[in-house]
Formats: sequence, C-alpha cells, structure tokens
Amino acid sequence: MFYTLLAGLLVAFAAPLLFRWLGRYVVLPLALLPLCIFIYFCAQVSQVLGGTRIIASTSWVPELGINLDFYLDGLSLLFALLISFFGFLIMIYAYGYLEKHPLLGRFYMYLTLFMTAMLGVVTADNIFCLFLFWELTSISSYLLIGFNNDQIESRTSAWQALLVTGGGGLALMGGLILLSLASGHFTFSGMVLSSNISLATHPLYLPALLLILLGCFTKSAQFPFHFWLPNAMAAPTPVSAYLHSATMVKAGIFLLARLSPVLGGTETWMTILLVVGGTTAVVGALLALQQTDLKAILAYTTISALGLLVMMLGIGSVLAIEAMLVFLLAHALYKGTLFLVAGVVDHSTGTRQVNDLKGLGRSMMYTGIAATLAALSMAGVISFFGFIGKELLYEASLESEVFNWLTLGVNMLAGLTFVAVAILMSYRLFWSKTSKPTALQHQTSPYLYLPPLVLGLLGLVFGLMAGLLPAPVLEKAALSILPSQKVQFELAIWHGFTPVLGLSMLTLVLGYLLYRFLPALHSAAPRLKKVYRYGPDSMYHTGFKSFQKGAKVFINTLQNGYLRNYIIYIVLFFCGLMLFALWRDAPHVNLGARRELLDQIELHELVLFVLVIAALFYILNTRSRLTSIVVMGLVGYSAALFYILYGAPDVAATQLLIETLTVVIFVLLLHKLPAFWYLSHQFRKYKFIAISILFGSVMTYTLLLVQEFAVESELKEFYGNASFLEAHGRNVVNVILVDFRGLDTLGEITVLAVAAVGIFALLRLNPEKGGKP
Amino acid sequence: MELLMPFLVGTLFSVSLYFILHRHLFKLILGLILFGLATNLFLFVVGGITTGEVAIIPQEKETAEPPFPDPVPQALLLTAIVIGFGLQAYAIVLIRRVYQTLKSNNLDDLSKTDKT
Repeated sequence: MFYTLLAGLLVAFAAPLLFRWLGRYVVLPLALLPLCIFIYFCAQVSQVLGGTRIIASTSWVPELGINLDFYLDGLSLLFALLISFFGFLIMIYAYGYLEKHPLLGRFYMYLTLFMTAMLGVVTADNIFCLFLFWELTSISSYLLIGFNNDQIESRTSAWQALLVTGGGGLALMGGLILLSLASGHFTFSGMVLSSNISLATHPLYLPALLLILLGCFTKSAQFPFHFWLPNAMAAPTPVSAYLHSATMVKAGIFLLARLSPVLGGTETWMTILLVVGGTTAVVGALLALQQTDLKAILAYTTISALGLLVMMLGIGSVLAIEAMLVFLLAHALYKGTLFLVAGVVDHSTGTRQVNDLKGLGRSMMYTGIAATLAALSMAGVISFFGFIGKELLYEASLESEVFNWLTLGVNMLAGLTFVAVAILMSYRLFWSKTSKPTALQHQTSPYLYLPPLVLGLLGLVFGLMAGLLPAPVLEKAALSILPSQKVQFELAIWHGFTPVLGLSMLTLVLGYLLYRFLPALHSAAPRLKKVYRYGPDSMYHTGFKSFQKGAKVFINTLQNGYLRNYIIYIVLFFCGLMLFALWRDAPHVNLGARRELLDQIELHELVLFVLVIAALFYILNTRSRLTSIVVMGLVGYSAALFYILYGAPDVAATQLLIETLTVVIFVLLLHKLPAFWYLSHQFRKYKFIAISILFGSVMTYTLLLVQEFAVESELKEFYGNASFLEAHGRNVVNVILVDFRGLDTLGEITVLAVAAVGIFALLRLNPEKGGKP
Repeated sequence: MELLMPFLVGTLFSVSLYFILHRHLFKLILGLILFGLATNLFLFVVGGITTGEVAIIPQEKETAEPPFPDPVPQALLLTAIVIGFGLQAYAIVLIRRVYQTLKSNNLDDLSKTDKT
C-alpha cells in the first residue's frame, strides 16, 4: 500500500517530464497508473471481504507518534476503489478535454498528486498521516481550481477554496490532537478498539468534536462553508467531476464515517450533524433551482447531496449508514457522469447556459445516452442504483429516532430538486423537441463521451445487480463504521409495495411539476440577489478584503520607511516591556537608604558630572557643526576620565584613542557633510522630547535598581585567580581579551575589517561608473 | 558618585535618542555616537564601580586580591568601544555618500528604495 502511494507521488512529479518526452501520449502512462492501482485494490477485495485488515506501517518519527501507518478495511476499500476507478476515467477524459493544452503535463501532475493524496487520506491510520494527505488534497485542489491562472475568477476561487479548506484543516489538526490526547491513541484503529471506554464523558470530547466537525464541514462544503464549492467550478470540468463531486468533497464524509465509532452516538453529535446536514441539503437544493449554469446547478445539488450524507451519519442507525453508503456510491456515479456530460456540452458548444442549449440529442447521441442514464439514477427511477439509494434514505429517515418527519421532509425536498435537475440535464438538454437545435462547434471525441457512458452504465448495472456487485463491499464498509453492530445488507430493486415506494413515486411526480416551474424560478432568481449580499460568500469576500486592507494599514504604520518611526516603535516597545517587568516583578528603588553615598562625592567627580550635563545641553542648542563635534569630543573624553577614576585604565586608553579618531574623521569629512538645519516641526519636537525623556528615565531607574541589588559574579573571582597562573598575564582585562576570549577578539577584528572594506567601497567606488573607483 | 552615574547615563540616553529621532543626517550621526557612549557607560555602571583599584595583579602576587574591579565588564567595554568605532566610521562615511549622491540631508526623503 505504501508503495502504491509512493508510485503515485513519483509518477505525479514525473508527469511534466513525461509530457516533454511523449507529447500528448503522456495520457498512456498516466491513465495506466490509476488503472493499476484500481486492479491492485480489486485484488485486495477478497481479503478484505474475508475480514482481514491489511496493514502497512513505516515508522517516521516514532517519538512523537508520527508514523506512516496505513490500513485497508471496508470503508477504505470502497473509497480507494472509487478514487482509482474515477481517476482512470478522468485521466482519459482530461486527455480529450485538454487535448491541445500546452500545460497538459502540469495538469496531469496536479491530478495524479491529488489522486495519491486522496488515496492517502482514505487509507491513513495515523492521525498525522491523515492530516498530511488531507492538506495535500487541499493544496492540489487549489492548484487545480487555479489551473486557468490567467483568469481572475479562477485565482480568487482557488484562494477561497484553499483558505476555507485549509482553515478547516487547521481546526481538524487541533481536533485530532485533542482526540489523541483524550483517547491515548495516535491511530484510528487504536481509537476504535478502545472506544468502549467512553470518550463522551471526557472533558476534551466537546472541543475535539467541534474542531473535527469544523474540518469535515469545510471540506465537505456544509452550510455555512458551502460557498467555496460552486466557485470551485472555475476549474476545468474534469477537475470538477473528480474533486468536487466524487472524491474530495467526500473526504469530510469519509472522516466523519471513520470517526463515528469513536465520536458518534452522543446527542451533540446527532444534533449538530442533523441540523448542519439538513440545512445544507435544503440550502443546496433551493440554490440549485435558481441557477442556469450547468456546472453551478450540479455544484449546488452536490452540496445538497453532501448535506443528506451528513444527516444520515447523524442518525447513525444501521439503516441510515446503509443508506449513506449506497447513496454515496450512487451519487458519485451519477454526479460524476453529469459533470462529465456538462463538460462535453461546454466543450462542444461553447456554453453552459441552460437556456441556450436545446436538442443536442441528435448531434451528441452517446453523451445524451450517458446523461439520461445518470439522470434516471439521479431521479431515482426504478432499476437504477439511485433508486435504491433514495428508497433507503426515505426508509432511514422514517425509522430515525429523532426528527423523523423533519428529516424525511428534507429528503423529499432534496429528492424533488434532484428529479427536476435530472429532467433538466437529460430531457431538456438532449431530447426536448426544438426546431433550432444548438449548433456544435466541433464533434465530440470518444475520449469525452466514453467515460461518462461507462459511469452511467455502471449506475444501471449496480442497480440491477445490487445484491451481487456493490453490496458485499458496502457491507464491509458499514461494518467499519458500526463495528459493534450486526450489519446485513440486502440490496434489491424490488421491495414490494411499501409506503416508501409510494413516496418515491410521489417524488417523481412532484419533481416533474417542479421542473415545469423551473423557468419561472430562473426568472425570479435575480430578485434574490439582495439576499446574497448577506450570504457567506460575500461575507468571505468582505472579510478577505478587510483583512488585506488591515494588513496594509498595519504594515504602513509599522514599516513605513521612516527611520524615526521604526526607532520610536522599538524604543516604546522596549520601554513598555521594561516597565511591565519592573511593575510586576521588581522591588522598588529605595534612594533614601543610600543618601549617605551623596556625602562621599568628591569635588572633581561633581565637576565632571556638571561638565558632561552642561555639554549635553549645549550640544542640543548649537547650530554649528564644528562646535557640536568639539562638544561631543568633550563628552567622550569625560567618559574616558570616568573610566580612569573607576579603575579601568585600559578602557580609558581605548576610549581616548577612539574618541580622537572619531573627531579626526569627522573634521576631515566636515565640509562634505550637510549643514545644520532645523527640519522638525514644533509638535513633533515635543513628541520626541517626551519619548526621549521616557527612555532616559527607564534606563536611569533600571540602573539605580541594578546598583541596589548588585549581583556578585563568579567570573570575577575566576579571572582574578586564573589570569596569572594559567595565562601568565598580570593585566586581567587584557588576558581576558587576548587569551580567554581570544576568538571573540578575532571576531571583533573581523567586524572592523568588514567595516573598513565597506568604508573603502563607499569612498572610492562609484556605481554610476559601473562600480569602478 | 555611584548615585549620580545613573542620572548621567539617563541624560545621555535621552539626548542621543532625541538626536536620532531628528530628520537631519548630521544629527543622526551625533545621536548614534552618543548612544554608543551611553551604552558603554551603562554597561560599566552595571558591572559595579569601585574607586582607586585596578584589575592588575601586582608583581609579587600570583592572584588578584580583593578589592579589585570586575574585569569582565571592562573586557566587554573594550570590545564594544572598538566595534562602536567601526560602526560610527561606517555611518559617517555612509551618510556622506548618501548626501553626495542624493543631495539631501533629510531622512524623510529616503523612505523609498526607488529613485524618484
């Protein structure tokens, strides 16, 4: 299993290279890969059906519990088969769809990467492993939605999808970590095994549940995060069919199903899932009815279907899980088909607007047949797989312990919409009588109509042989969701005359009526635009824009290119931090206790002090550059005198030397430096004075405090003892510099050397003359 | 004097920061140099000041005998002064170059990287 994923990654990144070598025949190896993976998983079917779980494990960072653990049970197998088979068909379809696209290789890279990531998600056992692949699906989805990156619509939609699902992914990671803390396991299999110790009473249960749900809901486009999915239709149609109807949006459903033995069964779980799922189903259905763009219609019905799936997981009974799985498979088959059909229509006619498309059946017969097969399944007509799904949905709602009429109502509403959309997608587009059928721009290639035809036929085959083909795998999948229950699937087309059959028929009839009303709804739709202004999509855009604006304001305030402001922020922040620390931790300075120190001040010290202070005030007021340099030299020499007075002759010597040098350089360059000029405003001046005084006071206070609570260092003792005995030098300071910390001195010399090189460059080199002296 | 030094250092810091905040290039250099001085003195005072003694081991002894000043801050200071000089010299030359090239003594004119 590990090697399957590895192969996927390798082929993905090799795709652009293969494209360079093989041209458009790149499709051969790339379609072969999903086919091989599909065959590989098919080969595992018998084992999984026999009850063994296939486990593959490679340790990665075992100390943190991060391992590449994979396992294959019924649920994983169902998804893996779905993903690889769809992948195979989509690869072929994409070849027909983007035949002459110059970036076909890149497209295949993204698509294969996505497929691998998705396979990783459904087979992952370790939570970190799952998270890794989960994010990889988000990223590859971003790349695929933004594939037409020369269109602004694609770019914004890609951003939106990435931000929404990526944000959800972060929540998911938090939730998974909390869950592993609560359960003590890093693997799903471990969590499921130990779930008899009830997690529901654990204090971390609720936060973990909410975060994980947030992750799943964003991924599976549940209300109020549904808005990214219709926008994601900016992607090329193969992507919409693959990611945004059949696989990626079902990752959230998958994870909910995977975790339902661990987290499910509580009242919170049921309520949230039922409410969110129900709302999503209704909202999706209502919005779908107002759309006229083929892909938008399909996107909203997908949202609605996802809502139904979440609702079924919320009910969580055996029947509901059965309904969930059957409907999931049926939906993947028919919705995938319809998306592919929409792509073919778009490709051949150049439009996706329902109102411009009529009577295509004659010119695109095979596509029409595929669409009809899928539509019949979608509408839930008997003998199709969708019929079984719909029957089970109704049955599960009726048997639900809570809100059964409400869930049934939601199901009915969604069902009606599906019927109406199905009629629209097949009858209206292809077979309705018209004198002026829409003209084709070019003939459809078999690469385009074969994949949907295969999928559409599968919907019929699965329906007719429901008990034989899909049932065993679905049963195993249900067993992984409900490990402690006895699950027995008996899928059949004919249940006899039951109330549920009546409901199915009623749905069909009402759905047809709804279809008749569609034109009225379409014309009413623009009037609802005002409502959408407060919808989540526009809220997202407002939020996104204000975030960008806020960031710009923030940056412009903090990093506005004015040196002075940078320094003010640094100084103020430093003062704030310092004052906070002083206020919180430090004792108060007690100057009164040290008053007698004032008596020890000698006259020469006082004179020096007054001299420096006077010099500083003089320098503030002088307008002459020369005077200020001289006065500054005075301050420097005074500092040297202080060093001499307090036992630091070496420092004093250095200070004298350096001060002299500085003054010399200054004077030498004086005539080349700008003359004095008062540039600052009066108001600013006061602000500067206030900040400067604040800074000076903080430093003074700190110094006073440090003096009062002086710390005796052991280093002093050490150097005092060791400098002659070990380093044979009597001047302790010098010994430290050249011996004990010799390397530091080397560093210091290096700094000087670098400064010298810089100075040379500044003085001698001239960029206008090409860097020559 | 121990008591007066903090005030001296504080005043030095205030004046130097005031100069740095100015728009004038020349004042910026003055501010930088004074700031370096203030920092050095700050370090020196933090290390504790003792009068009259030096950190040199007399000829007849093998170890330094207390009271002697802490040699560590002094060693640090020496390094700081020299590096500070490198910085100052570089700043002076850089500012001269900026003035020469851009003919401006106003820092606010330098808020963009592009030529105007």
